[in-house]
Amino acid sequence: MLPPLEEIKTTLEQLLPGVTLAVEGIALLVDAKDLTAVCRCLKDNERFGLDYLADLTAVDYPPDRMDAVYHLYSMAQRHGPLTLKVKLPRTNPVVASVTPIWRGAEFQEREAYDLYGVAFEGHPDLRRILMWEGFEGHPMRKDYVVEDQDA
Amino acid sequence: MAVDQGLQSELQKQGVYLTTWDQLANWGRSNSIWPLQFGLACCAIEMIATAASRYDIARFGSELFRASPRQADLMIVAGTVTKKMAPQVVRLYNQMAEPKYVISMGACATSGGPFHTGYNVLKGIDRYIPVDVYIPGCPPTPQALLEGLMKLQERIRSRPFGAAMDEKRGEYPVPEFGKAGLEPRYNPDMFQPRKGWWEEPAKPATPSSTP
Amino acid sequence: MSQTELDAKLLEVNLGPQHPSTHGVFRMNVTLDGETIVKLKPVVGYLHRNHEQIGERATYIASFPFTDRLDYFCAMSNNFGLALAIEKLGGIAVSERGEYLRVIMAELTRLLNHAAVTGFLLNDMGAFGTPLLYAFREREKILDLFEAASGSRMMCNYVRPGGVRQDVPPGWLDQARRLVEEFPRFLDEFEALLTENEIIRQRTQRVGILPKELAVNASATGPLLRGSGVNYDIRKVDGYSIYPRFSFKVPLGTVGDVYDRYYVRILEMRESLKILQQALKEINDASPAISPKGLALVKAPRTFRPPKGEAYGRIEAPKGELGFYLVSDGTPQPYRYHIRAPSFINLTILEDMCLGQKVADAIIILGSIDIVMGEVDR
Repeated sequence: MLPPLEEIKTTLEQLLPGVTLAVEGIALLVDAKDLTAVCRCLKDNERFGLDYLADLTAVDYPPDRMDAVYHLYSMAQRHGPLTLKVKLPRTNPVVASVTPIWRGAEFQEREAYDLYGVAFEGHPDLRRILMWEGFEGHPMRKDYVVEDQDA
Repeated sequence: MAVDQGLQSELQKQGVYLTTWDQLANWGRSNSIWPLQFGLACCAIEMIATAASRYDIARFGSELFRASPRQADLMIVAGTVTKKMAPQVVRLYNQMAEPKYVISMGACATSGGPFHTGYNVLKGIDRYIPVDVYIPGCPPTPQALLEGLMKLQERIRSRPFGAAMDEKRGEYPVPEFGKAGLEPRYNPDMFQPRKGWWEEPAKPATPSSTP
Repeated sequence: MSQTELDAKLLEVNLGPQHPSTHGVFRMNVTLDGETIVKLKPVVGYLHRNHEQIGERATYIASFPFTDRLDYFCAMSNNFGLALAIEKLGGIAVSERGEYLRVIMAELTRLLNHAAVTGFLLNDMGAFGTPLLYAFREREKILDLFEAASGSRMMCNYVRPGGVRQDVPPGWLDQARRLVEEFPRFLDEFEALLTENEIIRQRTQRVGILPKELAVNASATGPLLRGSGVNYDIRKVDGYSIYPRFSFKVPLGTVGDVYDRYYVRILEMRESLKILQQALKEINDASPAISPKGLALVKAPRTFRPPKGEAYGRIEAPKGELGFYLVSDGTPQPYRYHIRAPSFINLTILEDMCLGQKVADAIIILGSIDIVMGEVDR
């Protein structure tokens, strides 16, 4: 069974010195610079064993914040979910890619980049996936205006 | 030269059929339309169900769905046409051999359908290529698709064969990808955007004549 | 004559988006060395219809017809996933009869999906039409049931948070029981044609092998994952809805090749029949088809304001794990509506499975992953 959020927070802070986490609702908030270390620990440590990344997406909170959200489960120990959130600045949302840790993040990170503009450092092939190459803008952002086809 | 109906049926009983060249050729053409295998989205599944054994499209002559546009007569645009896919649709239409027909199956191909507010959805394929039959529905049942096919058959039969063969439509311009959509947004030679009745400005209230 | 090195260049071939066997508008840029695949890059987005943007603008109920069009082959189970997510978010209870009806619809959908996918896979292999038409014959029988219950063959829009939209008409359950009794006969005929078939074994065994660890790491779910031997079925793991009441097994493959995935699907159809038999026996007329809170939501969607928060609801759709992530800000419209689509994420590993294989095998491997473009592109 996955321990409750507060216990996960204290265990992680003990295992990884220098990392501070926070609990917000049902999610665990991680700083952008600590993401890789926390994810590796969550995957490799037997206490958690979160080897399956179910979902990776972004949420837009104008005017100044954008969140990257991760849903993690464990296939080996059949528990979960754990929701991780990373708060990013909206003008330049950059975060480390988790593709080296969970291969399944590859297409989902490309989609978050395409639709929201979140740049994932360390992604093997970061380019648009759903829209075409010359498209400008990030359509799922709250301030995107769809073109009028009849004009 | 009109032939008397009574004489025609008498001759038919003897095994002599009288017809015109147009009628004969159009009968052959309309009963052997080969569609292009071009399912885009959900309507494609109903198209496959029409080709399956219950709603058998083979009895209308359209058994063979060709994979290559060079061998097909009819393009059934089944499903939402997105802006990313639209240049490919027009290219495929250009590659088909004349005389060719287009059926726009479903609400999405006709006008964008339920997804018309999208940033990647083209509001109808008739912005770039000419459409012969529109079939409404989301998705249209197989019966509706067969009705649309029968309407197309009537259309083929109603035109003189020579005129249909002589008409050369030429190539339609393929739209390019722009920054926020396709360029041009529609082909002005064949499509003009119309305002819906709900978009017209409200008429001023006229004073009622009754007290 | 001495053996000289052929000065050959790699050939780049474009498969799709209009292609007889790409299951919709899917494009693959394949780099070939002779006939062997050296690199494969999928290109998607040709059916991107922005369900997520529409979900942010519409109320929670208004998104249900759009979920039908996600995996347009299995409309009933998509609705189920969204209903679960909304129930988690808003704390809505589900009525008993509604639970049974939802499970019956979901398992009927699984039957028709797996039969048709096997038919499409064989279409790609060259068995042009025969298994597909047999599968579509059975599909029409199930679609008749769906049309009687919901009014539409494909886009059913039937499941709601709290239960289902309306109860099934009288006589529906008897027709469903008859169908479940006759289905094993079709499955036996299907299997006799395919499972021991020499040509199918030659073409699918040891082709497109997906190792266990890579499958888990690449977030593969559904028959793709279970064909590689990983025992993870969300119906058993999460135990959502009333699945814990039914006894059924989870078939697993051993090698992880195309044959295993095909056979896992056939066995899953048999397990679905077991669940259907049990559900159709246990269902009774006691409760209404939708719970009171659900009915209030359906009748007045704009009054449903879930508390601020988020929920991730997931189901075992026939293609894999279908998840809905909803973020609520207290208004009748969701602030964020995200769909975790199984076909999209299962495609991540397509390149790895195809490297070193021939072009014809790539088509079969794609067919065995079982993708639907409505889901991939959303």
